[in-house]
Amino acid sequence: MNILVVGLNHKTAPIEVREKVAFDGPKLEEAINTLMKSGEVKENIVLSTCNRVEIYAGVSNMDAGIESIKDFISRFHDVPRNLLDKSLYIHRGSDAVKHMYRVAASLDSMVVGEPQILGQLKDAYDSALKNKSTGVFLNKLMRKSVSVAKRIRTETKIAESAVSISFAAVELAKKIFDNLSTKAVMLIGAGEMAELAARHLMNNGVKEVYVTNRTQCRAEELAREFNGNVVLFHNFVHELHYNDIVICSTGAPDYILMKDQARKVMKDRKQKPIFIIDISVPRNIDPEINNLDNVYLYTVDDLKGIVDTNIGERAKEAEKAEKIVNEEIGSFLKWHESLSATPVIVALRNKAEGIRKAELEKTLKGLGPVEEKTIRSIEQLTTSIVNKIIHPPTAALKSDDEDREQMLDVVQRLFKLNIESDENDKT
Amino acid sequence: MSLEINVLFFELALTCYALATIAGLVELFKRKKSTSRIALYLSVLGFILHTGSIVTRYIQGGHIPVSNMHEATSFFSWCVLILFFFHEFKYKLGLLSSFIMPIVFVLMFSSAIFPREIKVLSPALQSYWFGIHVILAFLGDAAFAMACGIGIMYLLQEWYVKSKKVSPLFLKLPSLQTLDEINYHLITLGFPLLTLAMITGVIWANSAWGTYWRWDPKEVWSLITWLIYALVLHLRLTVGWRGKKAAILSIVGFAVVIFAFFGVTLILKGRHTFM
Repeated sequence: MNILVVGLNHKTAPIEVREKVAFDGPKLEEAINTLMKSGEVKENIVLSTCNRVEIYAGVSNMDAGIESIKDFISRFHDVPRNLLDKSLYIHRGSDAVKHMYRVAASLDSMVVGEPQILGQLKDAYDSALKNKSTGVFLNKLMRKSVSVAKRIRTETKIAESAVSISFAAVELAKKIFDNLSTKAVMLIGAGEMAELAARHLMNNGVKEVYVTNRTQCRAEELAREFNGNVVLFHNFVHELHYNDIVICSTGAPDYILMKDQARKVMKDRKQKPIFIIDISVPRNIDPEINNLDNVYLYTVDDLKGIVDTNIGERAKEAEKAEKIVNEEIGSFLKWHESLSATPVIVALRNKAEGIRKAELEKTLKGLGPVEEKTIRSIEQLTTSIVNKIIHPPTAALKSDDEDREQMLDVVQRLFKLNIESDENDKT
Repeated sequence: MSLEINVLFFELALTCYALATIAGLVELFKRKKSTSRIALYLSVLGFILHTGSIVTRYIQGGHIPVSNMHEATSFFSWCVLILFFFHEFKYKLGLLSSFIMPIVFVLMFSSAIFPREIKVLSPALQSYWFGIHVILAFLGDAAFAMACGIGIMYLLQEWYVKSKKVSPLFLKLPSLQTLDEINYHLITLGFPLLTLAMITGVIWANSAWGTYWRWDPKEVWSLITWLIYALVLHLRLTVGWRGKKAAILSIVGFAVVIFAFFGVTLILKGRHTFM
């Protein structure tokens, strides 16, 4: 059995192509089952996200397998082969193993370290399980990939810091306040980034949202969207008394909050800290305000600076993660090798013989002094029992049956056979 | 024999604190989290040994071992550790050991410098007020020591947030509000303890010397300390002196505590001098 992956991702194919070959909704199960019927593909997992479409497969003949999968994609989606060939990548054997590890650990993602991909991969696996399209190989590879991804997440800081402006705002809020669920946020004006930041804050616990806008009906619209309260625009400075986080994004040509006003607000708030995010260009908040105690003002450039630093950090962490991936490939390959028949048969034999000898010795000791002849016949008896029992499994393992490799795996597990690779392979 | 045991315990505890301090400081500059645990384990080990040293000394001397500078400073750092463990396990703040263990170590190290012989208590100190007064005073001082450490953490984190720099340290330090609130809790703990220590001191002074208050330098400086922390609490509650200002005040306050403790005893002698 050989493992391979055929697929395309955001690096090799533009969105137009990715859309065309996506296996979304009911197409996914159909694809899994069609592939299984093809004959060449013995096992498969189909992963389809907005950034990648990949088919992981176990095949007995590498080239025929690749051909049949390419053919399948082309026919299933009605996409010409030459268009596909330009975008598809193919990884075989250990490269395929490495690829799945890297995908699971989010090293191959558009935003390196983003956590969704592992969940998406697990979902793809669940669909495969439901349709019984996986066997020993892909099961093992999948388990291994998840554990590698987890190892990378704990041993490196690849997913630790925010790499988008709105997440950076949340990260900062968490470094200023201890508990976001007791905090209120005010949105001044509207805009995609401001709304996104407000959403992320709400996902992180912020419950109360106040909205204000020069146009009253726009404010009401937003308030409905966020399940928040409307504040009159000419009154918003006064309302800052009750808001701990302010996201400002108006089209005003100059400052709408001056230092003196902010000083007064802080006095009213008894100096309770306030976090102001000014996303507007040109800026709407007097930058001098950052010099006041307990006021933390961030502009869009400040947030970008943080995001850039974090992206740099992730790149460094990704190098460490790649090292872990390379380490872990070895253990999968060892397991794969262990599936060749000879070591398993030898181990099975040794195990049976070991048990026989140990039991024989125990019995002889219990019997006390016995004639040489009796001993010999007991030995003969035990040997022939053992041989009779292990003959059929040995014969089956030596055969050329299709499921031979599965049996090898099962035998190892049933008899708890210790073959080298299993020791350093904890999932 | 038992004197040697308490010295052995003391030296081992001091060594543990030194190592914990190093581990804590390394943690500040390292990316991985590993040394924080080491610092904590070392400080727990040190604390156990330290407790052993105090207990053996208590058995040998027959009174709470706080009757000379060596014992008093050692007991002081022991109290800081109790509060440190309490906060470490309650809030699980990363990096707390990096800021508290240096204080513990410096106290313990100064203790090691002072003469160590066990002396017979002077008659004035042979009173149960002695134990109560001293324990209250040191627990109060320990709370102020913690507040100082937390205050330093606050100033550092505030600097990161204000200057808009992200660094591994920024990510590891707790939030400003958490630090500010713990700082406040510590001062609300330390202040009543100090107040009680002063009240018991006054009562005891009256029973031992016949006067409540004699403007002895230690008394004066305790009063100054008390006034400073009273002011810290007052300003926070009335005009909202929280955050940076509170952090700075808690550092200043602790500097005065340290002066009242070491400076007054060593430079301006009074009835609190142990020698």
